[in-house]
Amino acid sequence: MLVSKLKVLRSHGKQFIPDLQGVKLPDTFRGRPRITGPIPSELAGELERICPVGAITAEPFSLDTGRCVFCNECAMRAPQHIVFTSDYRLSSADRDALVVRENAPEAIDFRADKVRTCIHRLFGRALKLREVSAGGDNATEMELNASMNVNFDFSRFGIDFVASPRHADGVVLTGPLTENMARALEICYNSIPAPRILILAGSDAVSGGLFADSPALQRDFLDRYPVDLYIPGNPVHPLTFIDGIMTLLGHYRREPWLQAQ
Amino acid sequence: MGMNAHWDKTMNRWLKIDPREGRVSLNELPRLAYAELYDDLNRCLQDENFHVASYFGVTVPEGVLLICLVADDASGGVWLASYLYGEGGERILPSLTAVHPALHVFEREMTENFGICFADSPWNKPLRYAHDRADRRQSMNCYPFYAIEGEALHEVNVGPIHAGIIEPGCFRFICNGEQIVHLEIMLGYQHRGVERLLRETDNRLRQTLLCESVAGDSAVAHGSAYAMLVERLGQRPASEVLELERAIALELERIAVHLADTGALCMDIGYQLGQVACEALRTIVINTTQAWCGNRFGKGLIRPGGSFYPLTDGLRTLVRNNMEEVRRRFAEVTDDLLDSASVLARFEDCGVLTRTQALRIGAVGEAARASDLKRDVRASHPWGPYGALIVHEPVMAAGGDVFSRLKIRLGEVMQSISYVNTLIDRLDEIPEKSPRPDYTFPLAPSALAFSMQEGWRGEIVHVGLTDAGGRLCAYKLKDPSLHNWLGLALAVRGEGISDFPICNKSFNLSYCGHDL
Repeated sequence: MLVSKLKVLRSHGKQFIPDLQGVKLPDTFRGRPRITGPIPSELAGELERICPVGAITAEPFSLDTGRCVFCNECAMRAPQHIVFTSDYRLSSADRDALVVRENAPEAIDFRADKVRTCIHRLFGRALKLREVSAGGDNATEMELNASMNVNFDFSRFGIDFVASPRHADGVVLTGPLTENMARALEICYNSIPAPRILILAGSDAVSGGLFADSPALQRDFLDRYPVDLYIPGNPVHPLTFIDGIMTLLGHYRREPWLQAQ
Repeated sequence: MGMNAHWDKTMNRWLKIDPREGRVSLNELPRLAYAELYDDLNRCLQDENFHVASYFGVTVPEGVLLICLVADDASGGVWLASYLYGEGGERILPSLTAVHPALHVFEREMTENFGICFADSPWNKPLRYAHDRADRRQSMNCYPFYAIEGEALHEVNVGPIHAGIIEPGCFRFICNGEQIVHLEIMLGYQHRGVERLLRETDNRLRQTLLCESVAGDSAVAHGSAYAMLVERLGQRPASEVLELERAIALELERIAVHLADTGALCMDIGYQLGQVACEALRTIVINTTQAWCGNRFGKGLIRPGGSFYPLTDGLRTLVRNNMEEVRRRFAEVTDDLLDSASVLARFEDCGVLTRTQALRIGAVGEAARASDLKRDVRASHPWGPYGALIVHEPVMAAGGDVFSRLKIRLGEVMQSISYVNTLIDRLDEIPEKSPRPDYTFPLAPSALAFSMQEGWRGEIVHVGLTDAGGRLCAYKLKDPSLHNWLGLALAVRGEGISDFPICNKSFNLSYCGHDL
């Protein structure tokens, strides 16, 4: 019995990633898009037309990563103009900063100035989150679980998911927010002691994504309560989530001018 | 052969289709009277080789057409027939659920979506509260939960939001002390209108992505079902390379989720060594998929007509090496798990779904196989490399308990690893590469096509209909969870409520796949 356990342990070795910021994802990973302009207007129009989620605007050309489902089709049609880089640092405190334009800086602007001042003070050393899935396809949900696993071990920073909203400081919403979950989400959110934070994880949570036009959604909730963090992805990679929360709390910094140095 | 001839005669009103063909012209679709449909289904379902793969309504100019696909596991055939609701003047139909409970999900959906009444249905409750349900007054807030009177009994409600990071669903337990007497599962919270969005768009890339998102942990399986379906409608069979690559992706998906579920089961009983070892192994597998196509869930990999991500020589070496690493380490985990009495004590004889129950509720996939019911599309209705390069013999277990469902996973991880190696060996012999995806080839007009895949949960069935202009005008999806949720509800009867989490994990069913 003991021998078999030791064998498992020996093969398991040390799994956790000591420096989460030092990880480089493979080149195939589709993270922040880089757009090299100018894009001929005919091509731009075609890209706008084929985009399955309406993330692309032809004139002036832009790609909204809050809508994008990272299918890579535009980059395959216009490889000389659009590349999805392996930069997984996709989140922002400002919805508008998720829109990438031609020849934009080599980073999504986090807009730390938009973060409510109480967040650093109250949650900087410990943050407990209640996850609510409202139409999520279980991919982002599994990645949020993975951010706590033996590899990423996010709870080393005092950040955890908890079962009860009474124990939580905020909600992480996944999924496009279905009509059938709208009431439960609002009850859960309001059960969290104020001040509470709201995080949208995944492109479907940020904008509705593929389901944005579905009559089965009910996204009024997002008009009534302030959103603190937008995290694009399909699904959100654990490193994208960790980077987003750590930047929100002020532990990581991501400003375009710092990236350029 | 004798049996086949017998059923050919019994089902002579139905159209038998070779599942490798999977397409018929709509004017060949037999239209039966309801009494005929009822009699034929009632009779053929008495043979356990038969099960209803899909049964659904579509709106046509004359009204609502009910289309039924019956799969015959013995001959590998699929039988097809239809019935125009109300054609014989009847408004209320005799329910088949009363005789064959497996049909409850289909009849409930027809009632919910079209207001079709089934007489004598024992359980005709709303299925998912679809946004376009026939009766908008039906509200989730007044779901007619089954109730039992009695001083010794109490009810426990769990959900829709659960303790962990999982999807929402409402579980209502009736307990006698700590013992579960009855569990009823109410779903629908995840309903996103997938089928409606599929038929409302002509953008086939968008349709592909919608299918990839039916259930994120089955992105490859549902994506492949969609790709196969439009390729059949377009008479554009996938090349062998493409078929091989899709099968590799499907088996990688199966390995990854089985590892995750094994880890989750270990976690729920406090067996941390098994949990962390499986988490690490799953990471290896999904990172392999990420190295291949840029996404840990395989999103982006499956596209109609071709692929943007050929499995290059370098990737083949990576996959082979990682499979060997997982095989070696998972064998050690399995040894330790099977050697730990305290682990087995929690899993054995817990949450039993008997073979009879599994058959009656129409269980599919790994849950069926764990109850000694051989349902596996890779064996019964093989496609692509299955049935040819890979002659699949399903992993089976007989106990129907949590441990049996775990043993299916342990066996299938190893089996799928060997399949991946076989598939790559064959790939090495073919010099061609897959073509690039094609979203624009024309589809046959006025046709019906279906596709079946064995995802890691079980049988996935997609059915698509085109109009006279060759436009996809109706799309019907079936995730294996649709059948198996009732299996979970039955399996927990008599168990302590504290064992519910491991029973639930042992099935690991999809909420969004059910709710669509």
